[in-house]
Amino acid sequence: MAAVITADHLTIGWGDFVLMKELCFEIEEGDIFVILGGSGCGKSTLLRNIVGLEQPMGGTISVLGKQPHEHETPPYGVMFQSGALFGSMSLLDNVQLPLQKWTDLDAGAIEDVARARLRLVALDGYEHFMPSELSGGMKKRAGIARALALEPRLLLLDEPSAGLDPISAVELDDLILTLSGNLGVTTVMVTHELPSVFKVARRCIMLDKQAQAIIADGDPHLLKDSEDPRVHRFFNREPSTGAAS
Amino acid sequence: MESQPFNIERSDIDGGGLRLVLSGALEMEAAVAFSVALERALGGHDGSLLLDLSQLQRLDGAGAALLYGLRARRAEAGGQIQLIGARGRVAEILTLYDDSSAQPLLRLSSPHVDTFTEVGQIAWSFGLGIRGIFEFIGQVAAASLLALRKPSSVNWTGFGGLMERAGADALPIVALIAFLIGLVTAFQAADTLAQYGANVYIADMVGLSMTRIMGPLMMAILVAGRSGAGFAAELGTMKVSEEIDALRVLGLDPIRFLVLPRVLALVLMVPLLTLLADLVGIVGGGLIGITFLELTPAAFVNRLTEALELWDVITGLILSVAFGVAIGMIACERGLATSGGAEGVGRFTTTAVVTILFHLVLISAVFTILFQFWGV
Repeated sequence: MAAVITADHLTIGWGDFVLMKELCFEIEEGDIFVILGGSGCGKSTLLRNIVGLEQPMGGTISVLGKQPHEHETPPYGVMFQSGALFGSMSLLDNVQLPLQKWTDLDAGAIEDVARARLRLVALDGYEHFMPSELSGGMKKRAGIARALALEPRLLLLDEPSAGLDPISAVELDDLILTLSGNLGVTTVMVTHELPSVFKVARRCIMLDKQAQAIIADGDPHLLKDSEDPRVHRFFNREPSTGAAS
Repeated sequence: MESQPFNIERSDIDGGGLRLVLSGALEMEAAVAFSVALERALGGHDGSLLLDLSQLQRLDGAGAALLYGLRARRAEAGGQIQLIGARGRVAEILTLYDDSSAQPLLRLSSPHVDTFTEVGQIAWSFGLGIRGIFEFIGQVAAASLLALRKPSSVNWTGFGGLMERAGADALPIVALIAFLIGLVTAFQAADTLAQYGANVYIADMVGLSMTRIMGPLMMAILVAGRSGAGFAAELGTMKVSEEIDALRVLGLDPIRFLVLPRVLALVLMVPLLTLLADLVGIVGGGLIGITFLELTPAAFVNRLTEALELWDVITGLILSVAFGVAIGMIACERGLATSGGAEGVGRFTTTAVVTILFHLVLISAVFTILFQFWGV
């Protein structure tokens, strides 16, 4: 399998503050790859480096063979933590926007494609709703529909199931599995939610704030039995010594 | 079971120590009583202390925090406090709030810097700010050139709505304020003009002041408060809710998508509002001329047409275009620079309005000098 994303001695952070040093990993085509780690360790910052919203402090990251900023058209779809839908536009307009920008389709075809994307995430019937009229789970699904608008080979999701009720979270996991299975989309996901990780991830890496490095890499079901106490505690939801029980 | 009021009994122990027996309920409501009773019981004692909790009937989290706070302060001063005799629920609460394994507060290190370094840092960050402003002006200029060559590269969806918000929606307040400004300006001058028999010159004063400076400036201040603050808050909210990031990853340039339509809407609307303000302000002033200075409407209008030249109106409109550009650019720049959540949106919106007001005055001064220099 070809690598879709390659991080080579990647150092990330913000301002002068280094979060992670010398990260090296590859994400293969068709994978569902999860980035794990405690709060504030740099998971979302890593995702922002992958999509070119932040520049690496050192090393390189390549997406489909190019640096993120070298792509003329966006090679990925991104769903942000809150969905980040444009509040002044209806759902349909939100999904149509990338199609209007990057395709030569006529208005009718653009609308058909946008409607199909919304149907894919079970939001048909909500085309003319404004984002403020939707629940958190629906916003995230709409965010995925917009991210899929241009049929990207790569889908990046920032905390997709955070703040969702268990049913919505499971539905979202099922959707991610469907997209990966049926469309062959490579998915990179940042999350804290262990049930989601165990359900969807084929491979995950775990970042550690103190080590400023990847401390685990592999199948989450195997990492649950890791001998590294930090990894074992995380996957088995065990608080560190000294915390209130 | 009803608890007894909180109380502290003192008993000296061998070796210079002191034993305080706490009784009753040490809860949130007893915090003040605790401090008063403790001070009285200690009586200036600063040595070792035994706090006997065996008589304490009830303790809540606040009470436990008070006890542990007292122990920590005494430890810092070199003294020692032992908590003894806690039983049952009181012991459970004490265990729950036990601070003996608490981590010290983590603070970001702030190394000491001398005055020269501090001045240098301020100058450096000021320079970075100036560079950011020039970068933004450059980005807007480049996007404008591209938009001239390829108008479809700008997001025109909602442009009508932006003009409506910035222009049409402001009409009532613009008309009211301009009318009052013309009225008040004329009213202030009416007495003096009457004393010299120069009643008819009220038309000169109101006409020139409204068209050349008062109309453009007052409208710009109004638009800064309405649309400038609105645009800064709107873009700021989009920034903190990751909508700007979403635009970027969709390959859409926020400058062409958000900034240009807003700046252009203001460039078109501020001069139109200024024209309206000129007209309504002059009507307000004319009303004073007619009612207080016994001018006929025809005399006022005749004098006005003699006093006003087309250039007076044009200079005001040139000024209002510059104001429109400044309001739009500053509001959008501040909006896109927003960080720090809801508090950041408020802060950056405030700085946007203050910065706009400062620049309005600056632009007025510059253009007044230029117009003087050009003889218009």
